[in-house]
Amino acid sequence: MIQKSDDIIIKTLARILVPFIQIYALYVIMHGHYSPGGGFQGGVILAASIILLMITHGLKDTQKRMSEKTVAILSSSGVLIYAGIGVVCLILAGNYLDYSKLAKLLHVAPAHARSLGILGIEIGVGLAVMAVMFSVFFDISRGEVSQEDEDE
Amino acid sequence: MVERGEKELIIPFDIILLLFVLICAIAAITVRDLLSAVMILGAYSFFMCLIWAQMGAVDVAFTEASVSAGVGTILMVAAISKTTRRSKD
Repeated sequence: MIQKSDDIIIKTLARILVPFIQIYALYVIMHGHYSPGGGFQGGVILAASIILLMITHGLKDTQKRMSEKTVAILSSSGVLIYAGIGVVCLILAGNYLDYSKLAKLLHVAPAHARSLGILGIEIGVGLAVMAVMFSVFFDISRGEVSQEDEDE
Repeated sequence: MVERGEKELIIPFDIILLLFVLICAIAAITVRDLLSAVMILGAYSFFMCLIWAQMGAVDVAFTEASVSAGVGTILMVAAISKTTRRSKD
């Protein structure tokens, strides 16, 4: 399943489609706080684009772009962004995730600071969801490869 | 959102969508081929997504389409490719 596809139509179509899917996912993440969508849905769409790349271009070519180490770093940095914004709000004498306290740090009005804080949370959630969704698929398909190696 | 006053147009649409959901749910648990069952489950998720969107819950519809019909189907296909395609029972 995860070998490189021989069909040039499939490979070219996937190569054309992947950037557009990723742009759409970024749109969903960036507009998450005032329209349908958000970090979770955008992260899943971003992961789907990488899974499409993996199905069509094989495990090895995808690993060059997105190695296991990158996935681990991205998933943990997503959680770090989420928790970090919350802890910064705690340090600025507010509650956990009380974005209006970020106004002192960003030099904007409290209402604008709330909007920016939620945007930061969405970006963190999107990164973590993308990395974990891809990691689940990655582990399933890599297990398949190692089993084939044992058979040979 | 959807105007609830125009019931003549919307109610048949609801009934058709619910009928499709019911057909997909029964087909997904009765079919023997597991790959077909996963595909029918994807269709089920997509009809559920249409129902959510029709009821005005666009955010839930978005989640249903991306998570359940997209990545969920892919993960189950990957699981089938590692195990058997035929159901034993």
